[in-house]
Amino acid sequence: MELKSNAPTGPIETRWDRHRFGMKLVNPANKRKYKVIVVGTGLAGASAAATLAELGYNVDAFCYQDSPRRAHSIAAQGGINAAKNYQNDGDSIYRLFYDTVKGGDFRARESNVYRLAQISVQIIDQCVAQGVPFAREYSGLLDNRSFGGSQVSRTFYARGQTGQQLLLGAYQALEKMIDAGGVKMFPRREMLDLIVVDGRARGIVTRNMVDGTMEIHMADAVCLATGGYGNVFYLSTNAKGCNVTASWRAHRRGALFANPCYTQIHPTCIPVHGDYQSKLTLMSESLRNDGRVWVPKNKDDVGKKPGSIPEEDRDYYLERMYPSFGNLAPRDISSRGAKTVCDEGRGVGPGGLGVYLDFADAIKRVGKAKIAERYGNLFEMYEQITAENPYEVPMRIYPAVHYTMGGLWVDYNLQSTIPGLFVLGEANFSDHGANRLGASALMQGLADGYFVIPATIGNYLASEGGGKLYEKRPGVDHAEAIKVRDEVSARLDKLLHSKKPTRTPASFHRELGKLLWDNCGMGRTAKRLEAALARIPALRQEFWDTILVPGTGEELNQTLEHAGRVADFLEFAELLCKDALHREESCGGHFREEHQVEEGPEKGEAQRNDELFQYVAAWEWKGADAPQVLHKEALDFEHVKPSQRSYK
Amino acid sequence: MAGDAKTMNLRLHVWRQTSVKDEGRFEEYAAKGVSPGMSFLEMLDVVNEELITTGKQPLAFDHDCREGICGACGVMINGNAHGPQGATTTCQLHMRSFSDGDELWIEPWRARAFPVLRDLMVDRSAFDRIIAAGGYASVRTGSARDANEILIPKQNADSAMDAAACIGCAACVAACPNASAALFTAAKVTHLAELPQGQPERMRRVVRMVDQMDIEGFGHCTNHRECEAACPKQISVAVIAQMNRDYLRAKLIAPADNENAGSGG
Ligand SMILES: Cc1cc2nc3c(=O)[nH]c(=O)nc-3n(C[C@H](O)[C@H](O)[C@H](O)COP(=O)(O)OP(=O)(O)OC[C@H]3O[C@@H](n4cnc5c(N)ncnc54)[C@H](O)[C@@H]3O)c2cc1C
Ligand code: FES
Repeated sequence: MELKSNAPTGPIETRWDRHRFGMKLVNPANKRKYKVIVVGTGLAGASAAATLAELGYNVDAFCYQDSPRRAHSIAAQGGINAAKNYQNDGDSIYRLFYDTVKGGDFRARESNVYRLAQISVQIIDQCVAQGVPFAREYSGLLDNRSFGGSQVSRTFYARGQTGQQLLLGAYQALEKMIDAGGVKMFPRREMLDLIVVDGRARGIVTRNMVDGTMEIHMADAVCLATGGYGNVFYLSTNAKGCNVTASWRAHRRGALFANPCYTQIHPTCIPVHGDYQSKLTLMSESLRNDGRVWVPKNKDDVGKKPGSIPEEDRDYYLERMYPSFGNLAPRDISSRGAKTVCDEGRGVGPGGLGVYLDFADAIKRVGKAKIAERYGNLFEMYEQITAENPYEVPMRIYPAVHYTMGGLWVDYNLQSTIPGLFVLGEANFSDHGANRLGASALMQGLADGYFVIPATIGNYLASEGGGKLYEKRPGVDHAEAIKVRDEVSARLDKLLHSKKPTRTPASFHRELGKLLWDNCGMGRTAKRLEAALARIPALRQEFWDTILVPGTGEELNQTLEHAGRVADFLEFAELLCKDALHREESCGGHFREEHQVEEGPEKGEAQRNDELFQYVAAWEWKGADAPQVLHKEALDFEHVKPSQRSYK
Repeated sequence: MAGDAKTMNLRLHVWRQTSVKDEGRFEEYAAKGVSPGMSFLEMLDVVNEELITTGKQPLAFDHDCREGICGACGVMINGNAHGPQGATTTCQLHMRSFSDGDELWIEPWRARAFPVLRDLMVDRSAFDRIIAAGGYASVRTGSARDANEILIPKQNADSAMDAAACIGCAACVAACPNASAALFTAAKVTHLAELPQGQPERMRRVVRMVDQMDIEGFGHCTNHRECEAACPKQISVAVIAQMNRDYLRAKLIAPADNENAGSGG
């Protein structure tokens, strides 16, 4: 199989324009004859569904929550980037493009990233017109902040609730189209498989989560916007329901899975506090603008009250290791810093897995009132969870899994290797390379949904099947559809009736999560990855032998839902480790301890290997009993020349 | 963590109902070894793990983000929507708000417009239909002008944001003796009414949304203000006054505009 990116060539500034002009259009009168399925109604899916319906297509949209307004996108706090240069501080489309390619550690496609930076500008216009209440200056103009160590202020935000406000904007647009009859919304539905007929994605199998009915939905194209797979680690900042099921099932039907080992660990989360812990809470990155990160210099001091440790006995390790970026060093680097000092036994709090984020100096400098104005809601949230007052004692933070750069492989048109299957938002692998910059996920989700897919899907529909795909749309009684549905039912049945039902889905999920966190987390080695790869199949076997799910499939059954997701995580985890093992280099979120800079000022930093690994690793499913096969999409860097990322 | 060493034992009376058709009843459970650092939902997780291991159906409840923003969670705890602590969702409520030996009555949101699906889960799709009736500012994708061409005084942007902070959890309905959805509906009406982008459809919006509220079977607002007290995002009842003013104005001053108000988007 040859991976064709279909990325345009020629001057980068006009690639997207020229590409769009080259695409076929669907005759307006014909649009209503087509049906498009959109799975997932987070930022990417809701914006796509609303826009496609506006254009005249019939859209069926699906989500597992009771309402599209609750997608995981709702939780994004910090903001959304756009190259508006409203601050006149030197930003431009080219700079956002440059920062994103470099931030991604030279593992993204230049054409895609440039398009993303271009579209970013339109996204803000669109959202403001919808009434998204972004923060304003007294002049009435939009306010911006600098985010995630960026040198320019290009981040738009709505208090600490940017994701919420952007999602509500897209949700409202979606509800409008539901009211107008353009979108049929199916909430509380879980997609459990993809239906491929004659080599084209033609439909999905869903389970109605209220009464257990198995449903078949057929269409002329399928869009997956089902989010990331961070929950494979069990503990993450993702919503509890986030899963890999839709992507994984599509993978098993022929869609290649790209770069699964690129996972992002966020440095500022509230540390784990007990075995019962069900998720981790992010503390916005903006806190690092004023907080200073430290641990005791001596192991013996870790149990002491932080206030009693004198200045000279503290190690402000980020400031020490990265004098020019200090506490604002990028996410991957800050996270690894925390791991290093904790591994040395200098971590604080329960289990020694925490570092201090201290506001004492900032409070002295600008006053408590100013700090409260900047971070009041975050301080409250922290206190609510930990019962500690961060105005008085330093916060304790620790890195946690946060975002996944890997995902289903897509070409420039966001089409997967299955014709007619498009993938949007965090679910695809495309624009962030090996590391995503803060405030860029919201931008990408909305770029995909509002602007890219409405253009590219038209080209697919107009070109394929003589422009008459709708005429040949298989019905819900098509033999392949029935076959897939029956396979799904049989799988659910297996979950409900294991040989020796004794262990809960949560207990397996926790065990898998810990295995991955220990062996395929912030620092990876061949030895530990091999150990994980040896353990996962056994764990999977144990799962199928002993999984315990009370009740039946014909009713609302949350244990069954969880069991199904864990079953897919158990398969996916193996590919994640395999990809991490094969990538014999360190880049972005993927840090192989064997591959560090050995000497000089960058000693200990990630060592990329461009000669051997400047490619996208896309894995092909070859059946349950055969190993996946690796395909490579080579990456070219014509504009941003690969260099060592340096933040010293 | 200070105080976290001590664990508690609680007695739970939880509403059990297998489906919309079932009548439902309270059943009693023991929550043992609860640590004060647990969230309320983590406490339920522990109870559920035990139920599952003994082959029993766990307590069904809605949840997703577990950080107080998605609006999925929400139960009545001893008659309080989202429990005893103000300005908090059920997922952000921590067990340190309770004491050893406490007895808790845990129920789903109760309202005619919210059928109980199972145990603590209800169907809140009526809220989506209220938004679909007009809770948006229409803008075709790609047709927007430059964002900074619309100047919005900071004060308006801030009060729009105050109203837009609603998470749609429906605690307001559950807390209201009349099961009114006025706070939820008014929050969206006010968010958009505060902004220039919301003006063209303002009258039509308020009429359609308020009418939809009635169609869904929510009760009327008679100023009990329980909604405001229960709201995890502290949305003020002032938005209801704003909605009522707009509704009256739409009915009195601009009747022509409402002629087609109910005719579908
Ligand atoms: C705490 C937190 C803070 C963040 N802050 C920022 C930030 O400040 N800026 C930024 O740019 N990014 C941020 N991110 C990242 C960003 O929020 C996400 O990457 C982005 O919102 C993903 O959007 P999405 O539309 O791709 O997917 P999601 O929002 O995850 O939506 C997935 C959708 O798919 C549906 N779904 C999933 N599986 C199935 C299935 N099997 N069947 C049916 N439906 C399914 C769900 O119901 C949902 O509707 C943050 C992430 C977290 C966790
Ligand atoms: S689970 Fe999202 S608000 Fe409680």
